[in-house]
Amino acid sequence: MADLRNNFVGIKSPNPFWLASAPPTDKAYNVERAFKAGWGGVVWKTLGEEGPPVVNVNGPRYGAIWGADRRLLGLNNIELITDRDLYTNLREMKQVKMNWPDRALIASIMVPCEEESWKAILPLVEETGADGIELNFGCPHGMSERGMGAAVGQVPEYIEMVVRWCKQYTRMPVITKLTPNITDIRKPARAAKAGGTDAVSLINTINSIVSVDLDSFAPNPTVGGKGTHGGYCGPAVKPIALNMVAEIARDPETYGLPISGIGGVTTWRDAAEFLVLGAGNVQVCTAAMTYGFKIVQEMITGLSDWMDAKGHRSLDDICGRAVPNVTDWQYLNLNYIAKAHIDQDACIKCGRCHIACEDTSHQAITQFVDGVRHFEVMEDECVGCNLCVNVCPVENCITMVGLEPGTLDQRTGKTVDPNYANWTTHPNNPMARQAAE
Amino acid sequence: MGTTQSGIHRGRLTPAEYETNFSDLHPRLDDHEALVAADRCYFCHDAPCMTACPTSIDIPLFIRQISTGNPIGSAKTIFDQNILGGMCARVCPTETLCEQACVRNTAEHRPVEIGRLQRYATDVAISENQHFYERAARTGKAIAVVGAGPAGLACAHRLAMAGHDVVIFEAREKAGGLNEYGIATYKAVDDFAQREVDYVLAIGGIEVKNGLKLGRDFTLADLTANFDAVFLGMGLSGVNALGAEGENLPGVYDAVDFIAELRQATDKATVPVGRRVVVIGGGMTAIDAAVQTKLLGAEEVTICYRRGKEHMNASPFEQDLAASKGVMIRHWLQPKRVIARDGQVAGIEMEYTEIQDGRLVGTGETGVLTADQIFKAIGQTFEAAGLGALALSGNRIAIDSEGRTSVANVWAGGDCVKAGEDLTVTSVAQGRDAADSINRMLAAGAQPAAAVA
Ligand SMILES: Cc1cc2nc3c(=O)[nH]c(=O)nc-3n(C[C@H](O)[C@H](O)[C@H](O)COP(=O)(O)OP(=O)(O)OC[C@H]3O[C@@H](n4cnc5c(N)ncnc54)[C@H](O)[C@@H]3O)c2cc1C
Ligand SMILES: Cc1cc2nc3c(=O)[nH]c(=O)nc-3n(C[C@H](O)[C@H](O)[C@H](O)COP(=O)(O)O)c2cc1C
Ligand code: SF4
Ligand code: SF4
Ligand code: SF4
Repeated sequence: MADLRNNFVGIKSPNPFWLASAPPTDKAYNVERAFKAGWGGVVWKTLGEEGPPVVNVNGPRYGAIWGADRRLLGLNNIELITDRDLYTNLREMKQVKMNWPDRALIASIMVPCEEESWKAILPLVEETGADGIELNFGCPHGMSERGMGAAVGQVPEYIEMVVRWCKQYTRMPVITKLTPNITDIRKPARAAKAGGTDAVSLINTINSIVSVDLDSFAPNPTVGGKGTHGGYCGPAVKPIALNMVAEIARDPETYGLPISGIGGVTTWRDAAEFLVLGAGNVQVCTAAMTYGFKIVQEMITGLSDWMDAKGHRSLDDICGRAVPNVTDWQYLNLNYIAKAHIDQDACIKCGRCHIACEDTSHQAITQFVDGVRHFEVMEDECVGCNLCVNVCPVENCITMVGLEPGTLDQRTGKTVDPNYANWTTHPNNPMARQAAE
Repeated sequence: MGTTQSGIHRGRLTPAEYETNFSDLHPRLDDHEALVAADRCYFCHDAPCMTACPTSIDIPLFIRQISTGNPIGSAKTIFDQNILGGMCARVCPTETLCEQACVRNTAEHRPVEIGRLQRYATDVAISENQHFYERAARTGKAIAVVGAGPAGLACAHRLAMAGHDVVIFEAREKAGGLNEYGIATYKAVDDFAQREVDYVLAIGGIEVKNGLKLGRDFTLADLTANFDAVFLGMGLSGVNALGAEGENLPGVYDAVDFIAELRQATDKATVPVGRRVVVIGGGMTAIDAAVQTKLLGAEEVTICYRRGKEHMNASPFEQDLAASKGVMIRHWLQPKRVIARDGQVAGIEMEYTEIQDGRLVGTGETGVLTADQIFKAIGQTFEAAGLGALALSGNRIAIDSEGRTSVANVWAGGDCVKAGEDLTVTSVAQGRDAADSINRMLAAGAQPAAAVA
C-alpha cells in the first residue's frame, strides 16, 4: 500500500486531499462531516475582520455549464468570504482542531490591506491551534471591489508587503493563495516568495460570466434582474490551473517553493497530475460541492492504487516528476514525427475524424475505400496534429504512432532524423543561432 | 367471462385490463429523458442512420436540435423530409432501419433511440400546433390522388406546397389508410392517426373526398381527362387465400379486417375473440393480429409460419414483443385443412414443411391444433379495377425510378407498387418523390413521356 501521508510546509495530514476554503469548510458541522468522510485537511472558509460580518446576496449565487447528461463541468459563484461572526468561527475552529488533531486545519484570512488589520487578527487565529494560514488574495468579486482579495493579488508589491507582515506577526506557516486573474502568474508568486511566504496555493476562481438568460437579457446567476461576473471553478478550469502550477514550479526564481494545487480536482487522476507538475498537495472545492464529501474516497483509493501499480511508495516519489518535461515550445524536437493510426476493430465508423480533418485540418483521412465506408489515415497527408484523436468518440481507437528514426515520412519524402533539433536552430527561424559545428 | 370460456366472445376482460393492454407501447419521452437520449448522438458525418432512413431525415441535426432545447426546429428538420414523421416515429421498425445503422450499435450494442426522439420532437410541434409550410402561389394545376394513406397524403402535401390544387379520392370513410385501419392500436393511441391527417391537411389546397372508389365510382381515364396529373396510392386491398380446405368456415377471419375493426372500436370490450387462436403468417400483420388477440383476452395464441424464424418478415423486435405478450411462434408449419365441429371452427390441421432443392415442400407429417378462431395473415394483394391499360409488374403497378407509370401523367407509390419494403415510411418517401417528379413535369410544361411502355 502506497504511503499517502502528506507533509506540506511542516503541516501533516493523512493524505494530500484538503478541502479548499469555500462553503464546504464554512462551519464546524461541515468540517466534522468532511473529516469523517476522510479528508486530510481543510482550509477554513475565509475569515474577515472583527465586527459585523459581510453579507451575501439572498438570490442565486451559482451558475454552471454542463456536458452530456448534465455532468457539471464548470461552476461560477458570486459568494463572498464567511458571513458568520469572526468569534463564532474561531471558537468552532478550535473545537474541531481539538477533535481531529491528526488532520490539517488552515485558516484562510482576508482583511483590509493595512498592517494593523493583519496584526490584529493573526494572534486570534493562532490561539485556535490552527496549523497555518492561507492569505486569500484571490476572491474576484465583491471583496476586490473593497480593495481586498484579487485587488491585492493583482499587485505584486501588495502581496509582498502583506506576506511580510504575516511572517512578522505569526509563527504559523503562511500559504499565499494566488488569483489567476493576472497575465503572468510568476509575478505574484515571486512577490510572495520575496515576502517570505512558506508556500503558494493556486488557483482561486477565474472571472467569468457563465451564461446569459436570453429572456431577461441578464447574466446568470441573475439577482433581481441584474447579474455580475463571478468566479469560475470546477473541471473546466483544471487546464488553466495546471499550467499556472507548472509555470511556478519551473520558474528558476520560485523553483522549489511549495505549491498547494487547486482548480478542478475531481478525480484521483486530476490530483496526480497536479502532484507530478509540482504541487505538494491539492485542494478541492467544486467536486465536493457537486458530489458530497464521499468523493474523497475515490480520490484516495485511486491515487493509492495507481501508485501501487506503478511502484511509487510515497508522495515524494511522484511530486514534481513531470516538471523537467515541461519546456518552452522552442525547445520541442522538430525531428519527432508522428502519424495517426486508426484501429479498424475499434472504429465504429462515425466519420467524425474524417470530417474534422477534411473540413478543418489536412485532408488526411479517407471516408470511402473501394466504395465502402472506411476511415483510414493517409500517411502522405497526415501532419500528426492529433485532432482526430481528440474528436474520436472511442477511447484508444486512434493513436499517434511515432516514426522510427531512419524510416520514411511519406508526407515530406524525407527520412526521419534521429537527432534532436528545435526551432532555435531551424533554418526558417530568422533569429536562429548558428548550430554548433 | 375471463379468458377460459371456449368459443368466440366479447368482453373477456375488465375495463381496466383493456385500458392497460391497449395503452401506448412506447410513451413519449419527457423533456429530461429526451435530453439524456439526445446526448448520446455523436453527430456523425454523412450519418449511417440517415442513409438507412427511407425518407433521409437529417437525424444528427434533428437530435442536436433537441439537445440544444429546440424541439420545434427539430420537428421542422423531420417534417422537411417526412410530413408523416409523427406516425413513422411510432410505427417504423427502427431496429431494421435507422437504429440498426446507428454507430452506437457497434460501440455498445445500444443505438441512439432515434424513433423515440423523433416522436418527442414531432409531438411537441403537433401539440403546440406549429405549422411550418405555406402554399406557394396557386398554379391553377389540379392533381388527383387516389387513396389517403401515407403515400397519398405525403404526395398531396408536397403538391399543395407547390401551389397546386389537390383532390384525394378515398374509398373509406376516414383518411389515413392503414395508419387509421391497420397499425396496431398500442402504436397509435389517442386518435393520433386522425390528428396527424388534420395536421397534414392544414396546409390547405387539399380536398379529401371520402367514399369514392376508383373502379366503382370512376375510372383512371376519368381522372386523366380532368386533372393535370394523377397519383395512385391505393395500397393493397386484397388478401391472399390460404389455399386450405374449409377456409370459408365461420371462425376463419382475415387478420387485416379484424385489426381494422379493433382500431375503429372505441370500446375494445365489444370486439369478440376466441379462447384458442391460431394466426397463419409470418409478417407484421400476423404479429399484430396475434398480439392484439392476446391483449383482448385470448387464453392461447399461436402463430404458425411456414418457414424458419430467419425468414420471417416480422423483425426480431416484433417477434420478441409477441413472445413477451405470451404469443407462441411456431415455424415450418403450413395449413392443410380447417377442422369444423357443428359448423364452427374447432381446429386446424397443419403440415410440417422443409426446403428441398431450394423449394418449400410439405413433409407429409401433419398435426392438429385446437382453435376456435383462425386468422389469415399471409399477405395482402393488389386489387383494383378501372385502371385501363395501366401496366403491372409482379401483380402491382409498374413504375420507373421517379414513380411514373406506363400511362402518361399518372404516377404511383406506396404498397401498390413493388419498390422497397411495404412500410409506412417507404410509402411516404415514394409519395413525396412522386410529387417532386410531378412538380418537375408541370414546371417544365414539357410533353410527358410514358415511362413504362
Ligand atoms: C396490420 C398491418 C400492420 C402494419 N404495421 C406497420 C408498422 O408497424 N410499421 C410500418 O412501417 N408499416 C406497417 N404496415 C405497413 C403499412 O401500413 C403500409 O406499408 C402503408 O400503410 C402503405 O401506405 P399506402 O399509402 O401505400 O397504402 P394504405 O395505407 O393501404 O392506404 C391506401 C388507401 O387507399 C384507399 N384505397 C384503396 N383502394 C382504393 C380505391 N380503389 N379507390 C380509392 N381509394 C382506395 C384505402 O382505403 C386506403 O385509405 C402494416 C400493415 C398492416 C396491414
Ligand atoms: C462558492 C464558492 C466560494 C468560495 N469562497 C472562497 C473563499 O472564501 N476563500 C477562498 O480562498 N476561496 C474561495 N473559493 C475558491 C475555492 O477555494 C477554490 O480556489 C476554487 O473553487 C477552485 O477549486 P475547485 O475547482 O476545486 O472548485 C470559493 C469557491 C466557491 C465555489
Ligand atoms: S493527426 Fe491531424 S492531420 Fe493526421 S489524420 Fe489526424 S487530424 Fe488529420
Ligand atoms: S472518429 Fe473514431 S470511431 Fe469515428 S470513424 Fe473516426 S476512427 Fe472511427
Ligand atoms: S448513427 Fe447514431 S450516433 Fe450517429 S448520427 Fe445517427 S443516431 Fe447519432
